[in-house]
Amino acid sequence: MSNNVMVLCEHVGKRVTDSTYELIGKARELAGAFGGQVEVALFGPADLAEQLGGADVVVNVDDPSLAEYVPECYERALMHVLGEREPRLLLLANATIGLDLGAAISVSWQAPLAAYCVGLAAEGDTLVATCQILGGKIMAEVETEGTKAVATVVGGAFPTEPGQGSGSPEVVTVSVPDLGSVRMSLTQTFEAQGGDVDITSVDMLVSVGRGIGSQDNLETVEELATSLGVPLSASRPVIDSGWLPKSRQVGKSGLKVKPRAYLAFGISGAPEHLEGMRSAELIIACNTDEQAPIFEIAHYGTTVDLFDLVPAIVERVQG
Amino acid sequence: MNAFTVLTDSTSVTRPIFQDIHLIGRTIFYVLAAAATVTFLYGWWRRVAKYRRGRSAGRGATVRSALFANPFSGVHARRDTSSVGVIAANATVSRRHLATGVAHFMVFWGFIALFIGTVILTIDYDILRLSTKLLLGHEISFFYGTFYLTYSVILDTMGLAAVLGLAYLGVRRALIKPPQLNYARAEDPPGGYSRAKMVAGDWLFVWGLGLILLTGFFVEVFRIRAENFPPFEVWSPVGWLGARLVQALGLPASTSLGVHTFFWWVHALLALAFVAYIPFSKALHILADGVNLLAHDKSGTRSLPAPAPVEHIGYQKIEDFTWKELLDFDSCTKCGRCHAVCPARAAGAPLSPRDLILDLRQWVDTQSSGVTLLDREQRPEATGPLSPNGDTKIAGSVISTRTLWSCTTCMACVEACPVGIEHVSTIVQLRRGLVDSGDMDPTLQKALQNLAQQGNSFGKSARMRARWTKGLDFTIKDARKEQVKYLWFVGDYASFDDRLQENSRALARLLHTAGVDFGILYEDERNAGNDVRRVGEEGLFELLADHNVNALQAAHFEEIFTTDPHSLNTLRNEYPERGASYKVWHYTELLAHLVETGAIPVEPLNWRVTYHDPCYLARYNSVIEAPRRILRALGCELVEMPRNGANTFCCGAGGGRIWMDDSYLTERPSENRIREAAELDVNYFVVSCPKDVTMYSDAAKTTGHDGALMVQDITQLVAAAVRVPELVGAAVVASGAADAAAPAAPSPTPTAAPSPGASAPSSGGESPARDVAPPTIADEPSDPTAVSPERSASTDTEPAKGPARPTDGPP
Amino acid sequence: MRIVVPMKAVPDLVEEIELTSDGSGIDREYLKFVLNEWDDQALEEALLVKEAGDAEVIAVGLDSDPDIEQALYAALAKGADKAVKLTGAGEAPDTHARAEMLAGWLGDQGADLVITGVQSPDDLDGQLPPALGARMGLPHVSVVTSIEAGADAGTVRVRQEFSGGRSTELSVTLPAVVGLQAARQSPRYAPISRIRQMMQAGGIEEAPLSPASGTSGLRVRRMYAPESTGHAEMLTGSPDEVAAKIVELLSARGLVKG
Repeated sequence: MSNNVMVLCEHVGKRVTDSTYELIGKARELAGAFGGQVEVALFGPADLAEQLGGADVVVNVDDPSLAEYVPECYERALMHVLGEREPRLLLLANATIGLDLGAAISVSWQAPLAAYCVGLAAEGDTLVATCQILGGKIMAEVETEGTKAVATVVGGAFPTEPGQGSGSPEVVTVSVPDLGSVRMSLTQTFEAQGGDVDITSVDMLVSVGRGIGSQDNLETVEELATSLGVPLSASRPVIDSGWLPKSRQVGKSGLKVKPRAYLAFGISGAPEHLEGMRSAELIIACNTDEQAPIFEIAHYGTTVDLFDLVPAIVERVQG
Repeated sequence: MNAFTVLTDSTSVTRPIFQDIHLIGRTIFYVLAAAATVTFLYGWWRRVAKYRRGRSAGRGATVRSALFANPFSGVHARRDTSSVGVIAANATVSRRHLATGVAHFMVFWGFIALFIGTVILTIDYDILRLSTKLLLGHEISFFYGTFYLTYSVILDTMGLAAVLGLAYLGVRRALIKPPQLNYARAEDPPGGYSRAKMVAGDWLFVWGLGLILLTGFFVEVFRIRAENFPPFEVWSPVGWLGARLVQALGLPASTSLGVHTFFWWVHALLALAFVAYIPFSKALHILADGVNLLAHDKSGTRSLPAPAPVEHIGYQKIEDFTWKELLDFDSCTKCGRCHAVCPARAAGAPLSPRDLILDLRQWVDTQSSGVTLLDREQRPEATGPLSPNGDTKIAGSVISTRTLWSCTTCMACVEACPVGIEHVSTIVQLRRGLVDSGDMDPTLQKALQNLAQQGNSFGKSARMRARWTKGLDFTIKDARKEQVKYLWFVGDYASFDDRLQENSRALARLLHTAGVDFGILYEDERNAGNDVRRVGEEGLFELLADHNVNALQAAHFEEIFTTDPHSLNTLRNEYPERGASYKVWHYTELLAHLVETGAIPVEPLNWRVTYHDPCYLARYNSVIEAPRRILRALGCELVEMPRNGANTFCCGAGGGRIWMDDSYLTERPSENRIREAAELDVNYFVVSCPKDVTMYSDAAKTTGHDGALMVQDITQLVAAAVRVPELVGAAVVASGAADAAAPAAPSPTPTAAPSPGASAPSSGGESPARDVAPPTIADEPSDPTAVSPERSASTDTEPAKGPARPTDGPP
Repeated sequence: MRIVVPMKAVPDLVEEIELTSDGSGIDREYLKFVLNEWDDQALEEALLVKEAGDAEVIAVGLDSDPDIEQALYAALAKGADKAVKLTGAGEAPDTHARAEMLAGWLGDQGADLVITGVQSPDDLDGQLPPALGARMGLPHVSVVTSIEAGADAGTVRVRQEFSGGRSTELSVTLPAVVGLQAARQSPRYAPISRIRQMMQAGGIEEAPLSPASGTSGLRVRRMYAPESTGHAEMLTGSPDEVAAKIVELLSARGLVKG
């Protein structure tokens, strides 16, 4: 039993993800409070440890079966590492891996789990988590009982900078028992469809949501995007309807974007969407429902009907 | 020789029946006549057997009423039902198509007269003469003298009328070519199709009738010539003149007899062939359409039939249709009036009501080895209606899903149909099958789920329904808790749509100011279910309606008014059978009364406006005059659009279309309508349906007319015309006599009476309803239950074409 | 194949959520409950699997969830073969308790596949599919967007989705638990008349649960509605005026030529 805070490192294409840095940053703060260290569990090639300067210890399991994410392999490896290292707290990003493993670890490791965390604090020996539930409508402040815990953290809840230290952590190599008996295997990987445009690398985005109503209304907003010379992006409902390609999806299951300006039309602001765009420098939201959660994070908002507003902007931009 | 002596010379004043046709010829004729009759009866029997496979349509009483109780109903005015009078007058044929109607009338009565003439001959020759000869030994006949001459002149005239009428119809078809007679489908089936046989059938019909008429006259012409002009035959004027003509052309009497014999045979064979042909062709409409009109009832569209009581939901086989529906299919003459007026078709949707009926007819024929010869579509492959597979659902295979979902249920087709076909209820029956298999737009599905869960299509919390009232400086009475005169059934759009809430508040303020005693159901109101029912989601309709019925029964009010014409329709026509029978008004009827009586004091606006009739208000429920009365009272110059009143053009939102994707349309109906209005050089496009405000505001923008044409709810016009409260007193004094008709006590300025906020309007002694509300019932000129001036006067006659005269301004 | 779809009724997020007077939880008394939307997706995918081959779909709900019967009847109306209401679930069980109780019941059901929603809006102590998988010792995959028959008998191919549009396909040996993100097609519509038919037929079976013994180990201190800390500055006026302000904001940052 230690006072360490462990973070499961996620990496895509040899790069550690932003959400991992967000967790490491928070872990630093919590480890400080608990009087422990920050350990990062790194599954896969050890050379990624170079990117984990914010950790004190990198616990590396380099097993061929962990080269790609296979839920059961990761779960077994993680359980093994937890058994070996006995951290005070395990932090997971509340994305696919967190949703996949969090509650299973909680059951198997017999540690309470706080899901959808947007805030974490140590009060003495107690871990206090603030969780965002019911579509972001309610915040729950919870204590975790016992001396170990798991938390899955909502993306974007914490800054990345504190986790991007330039230290050189100690790398501890752990070998795991044979993973050959797992009951699942990876058969195929699909990379993100190489979209026409990369919405993560543009200065400005015009984005549409469910409020657009129907596909032909998309033209109205498309015209604005064209006149501004920026791509059109959208929230999940629009993508699911097949009105725009997946490469244009902003949000938790789509892309995280950080443009200098984000114009949101007819987007109510589900937490999953906000996760993908909340760090835009300027957010202007247009939604006829003045109660829409998007207004909580937007810098400017308006309830003017988008079908009135959009042509007016187009006129000004073109005129 | 004068006419008198002709008439007295009775025995010779006649014509031979079988002149120059001897025994063998006569025998052949009678054998052929019998064969033609048998063929006719066989065809008709096959048709009737098919109709008898259909379910009961519950139209027995309708037929009896059309025959006996109200034999002239609908001849002069637009009515739900038809009658023998309507059929006799061809009233439905000439409605909005006068020339065609007159021509058809001439052919119709021409042939009836000729048919009666033939029957008379049969009675005289084959019955009277034959029987008397056998029984008495000598023939007795009445076919001579005065009777014969009268007979001759009438049949000659009627025959001529039929020739002229038919000639016009033929010319119309061949040369004028009105677009509705183009049989091109609204959507080509994969693999293509041909309707050439249909066209051939039409021409065979026209030429068949024409040749029967012409050869009939030829027979007469050459007989008179052959007989060397018996003087009394001037009473067959057409024959007489014709005979003179052939004489002038040099035809001798002797030759003429042979020519006569030739034409006699041609005429006889054509006529017999035609009789045999009737049940197998377009000519069937001679028999089917009269019956169909007798059984026709528009109230079956206003208040839809329950789903077919069968094991499966949705139509799958012939037995699932009612006999009226099966007769509908056979009744279609392909006149294309429905095709021309259909907003879906005009918008480029695959739906054409004509295609729908013809496809169903052909499918039923295919399934029942029907007897139709030429009136069929051909396809390279037996797809859709030609498919012999009887075990598939009709919705989705015979009629495409998109076709069925394209209908706005605007009822223009039913209104336009001259033969009483009821397309809309059949479409809804087919849609019920689509709903059952979940075959619908995702947006519609979402709306239905919202309606099931929250009672509104917006998916907003049912508890938020009355939130729009927050912006008022008075509290609208809660009809669940206190007695009110009027219950305002606000409706989804007026309650939840941000763009429309201000309209609702404006109406509330006007009514409050006028002292009308009204309340609402607050969160106990649900979507009325009109469009849900028309989508085909009967179960959900029942759920919503039953909730509302319970809420209405528990509330305290006398009468209802609605904002939404769609709600009005179902509350007025469909709720009674579910246990909620109330007088239901549209708010324009209320406002009309209030502005006319001065309860809402207004000053002339002098705006130049046009007015769009909502389908569910004007066409479905005949509320046509009330909004126009308001406009007159407001001193607006009303410029009518060509399509107005009961002939209005749909905005495209009805029947649940507002919840569906319309991106596949080439031009939305609302845009088509705005273009129609834009031609009139008016500034305001006035509407009286919440959905219209959204539909037309959007359409004005997308067509680029939003600058010149303001879409306004009529409520906003009244609000703009209301005199400033401080001026009310002064104005009354100044205008004196003009305002004498206003309520006797105009002194308490309406806004001053209840002190804002402090005391509820109900608590004061003077506020409850003043003397405004009661007369609203007594005076209201458009009582929806009784035969009212609104219905009888304004019904068929559309509101005046061209600019309506503004009422005189105040002195 | 036997597919069990555990379903949960959750507060309707369209409604305003009220908290109990002591702020320790949400006030369930006047709250409207609807089927968890991800469970609806799970049911749809189960029905698609059934339609693609030979499978039996059993929808399961807990009696602790208000109006769960509605969801079960709707499941039957949509084509589930059986609906079971599990009784004795107690008051508002959390995910850990649900997993424990469901695992107990599922123990002797012979289910090949358990498909349930990837998450629900109120699972404070984590998501059901992994908890259930861990409880039952079964392989489990979450954030899945399709389930199809596998190359070998006794396996399924599932597609797991990651952020950024990446996804992978896994071959999973049955029995297994799947947490569904989105079915291959939108959940089908259950016509009200069919639901009513099912209600009249009374087609819901009941089965008792053994109560859960474990706890989630979470203690709720308080719940609250997030304060609107950084509410947007609202632009008002005519569409044209608002458009002008927006263009001004953008041009001040050099994003449009103003």
